[in-house]
Amino acid sequence: MQVVDQGGDKMVLHVGPQHPGSGHFRIVITLDGDYIIDAKPDPGYVHRGAEKMAEYRTYIQNIPHLERPVIIDATGITLPYVLTAEKILDVEPPERAQYIRMIMAELNRIISHLYWLAIYGIFLGHSTMFMWPMGDRELFIDLAESIGGTRVTFSYVVPGGVRNDIPGGFKERALKTFQYFEKRIKEYEEIFFNNPLMQSRTVGIGILKKQNAVKLGITGPNLRASGINSDTRKDEPYCFYNKIRFDIPVYKEGDSYARCMVRLRELQQSMDIIRQVLDRMKPGPIKHVIRGVMRGEPGEAFVRTEAARGTMFYHIVSNGERFPYRVKISVPSFRNLIGMSHLLVGSRLADMPAIYWSLDYWPVEADK
Amino acid sequence: MPKNTITETKLVKGLKTKFNKQITEEYVEPNRIKISTSPTNLKAVALAIKELGFDQIISQGATDYPDDNLFRVEYHAICVSIKKFRRIMFAIMTTIPKNKPEIETLLDIWPSVEFHEQETFENFGITFLNHPRMERLLLPEDWDDIPPLRKDFSLPGRD
Repeated sequence: MQVVDQGGDKMVLHVGPQHPGSGHFRIVITLDGDYIIDAKPDPGYVHRGAEKMAEYRTYIQNIPHLERPVIIDATGITLPYVLTAEKILDVEPPERAQYIRMIMAELNRIISHLYWLAIYGIFLGHSTMFMWPMGDRELFIDLAESIGGTRVTFSYVVPGGVRNDIPGGFKERALKTFQYFEKRIKEYEEIFFNNPLMQSRTVGIGILKKQNAVKLGITGPNLRASGINSDTRKDEPYCFYNKIRFDIPVYKEGDSYARCMVRLRELQQSMDIIRQVLDRMKPGPIKHVIRGVMRGEPGEAFVRTEAARGTMFYHIVSNGERFPYRVKISVPSFRNLIGMSHLLVGSRLADMPAIYWSLDYWPVEADK
Repeated sequence: MPKNTITETKLVKGLKTKFNKQITEEYVEPNRIKISTSPTNLKAVALAIKELGFDQIISQGATDYPDDNLFRVEYHAICVSIKKFRRIMFAIMTTIPKNKPEIETLLDIWPSVEFHEQETFENFGITFLNHPRMERLLLPEDWDDIPPLRKDFSLPGRD
């Protein structure tokens, strides 16, 4: 933290990039007394040029490195890439693979939301809310690991299907975990979400109005917390989301508390989706094997999916070579960043952590 | 007209009537529309698309075509407020010459485009005129090479 005295009551405060909460990201705040009068985000500390690197790798080689920007939501960022690549390569995955992809995507959503919840606990000084979700997150990581083989970076979804089938006994283990975790959600509510201290720091804090959320291009849970019922899984269903019955949690308030509640409700919703998928899945092939080098026809494709933080977008241009000609990634964190300065201006400095992390901004994802 | 592209076709038809030959329909598929226009008409076309209900920019980028000596500037618009348009993604393309990489910003039409245009500026060297902050966002402050997403910038050790 660096403080620059501006004279008078005004002060410039640099939060980050080494701030324990900001995470490789700096925000330059101008204060008038206790109030924030200007907030300028400064991303880019973990920019690795993922889009350029993708032009030097084959479609299959790109999967592990395109997953790096947001490893806690690995399927969230690789699934849209693979769906785009499949359009270029003109392959259709088998039915079972589509269902397994949904399981992984929803497991990753839970894993990512629990990580967010744990850090939000720390941001508000609630240590128990750090310990509990971090501990419970391990159960979901174990489930994902039993499918993908590693704890976080699975590189599991590949063009044509998925790498391997789900192991025997997965359904029983998953249902057991869900049964346990549903009880835990109630405990989370009691200790944290219904806690007057937590509510006093989040209710009515950082209100993002509906029209501003639309105007600024806010996406994902943050948009749904401002009263917009938009979710790519419903708007433009991919995989088999159109065959599953689920409701999108929407809150009208638009404050930090509403953004927390949307994510809490999504935990339950993701488990409900996986339950339905497990019931619907039938045995069958899990991969359409592509022989030889993957080489698409010249052309382009653009695809979006709903990742944990919002709509993930890929635009791939192919000129018929082994490597994609151009890969454009538009990540939700980057689009939500614009909302941060909008929300911080006019609020108190003490409310900054509550607003900042309620947006679930992931610096590495935004920087790519 | 295929049944699943009725809305899409209607949208493009409406735009074509309004702009006559100033826009070119690249393709209309279920949930996907791609049109191209000239840089001078871009702003008017964008405004018309915004007024149809496409209220957010999901992505803004560019592609370098060194053989043709041009950049293609790409905007992808989506709609979150109107239910029947939510499934559609609208791609708007325009090309600008590489020796004069300048184009008018669409910030006053879609405020959500602010950081995207800054990113395109640093990665391709395309200046968005009347953008209030045409400055670096993600690249290091001491970057003194050519914009990295141009095709003539090659990764060390890869070419």
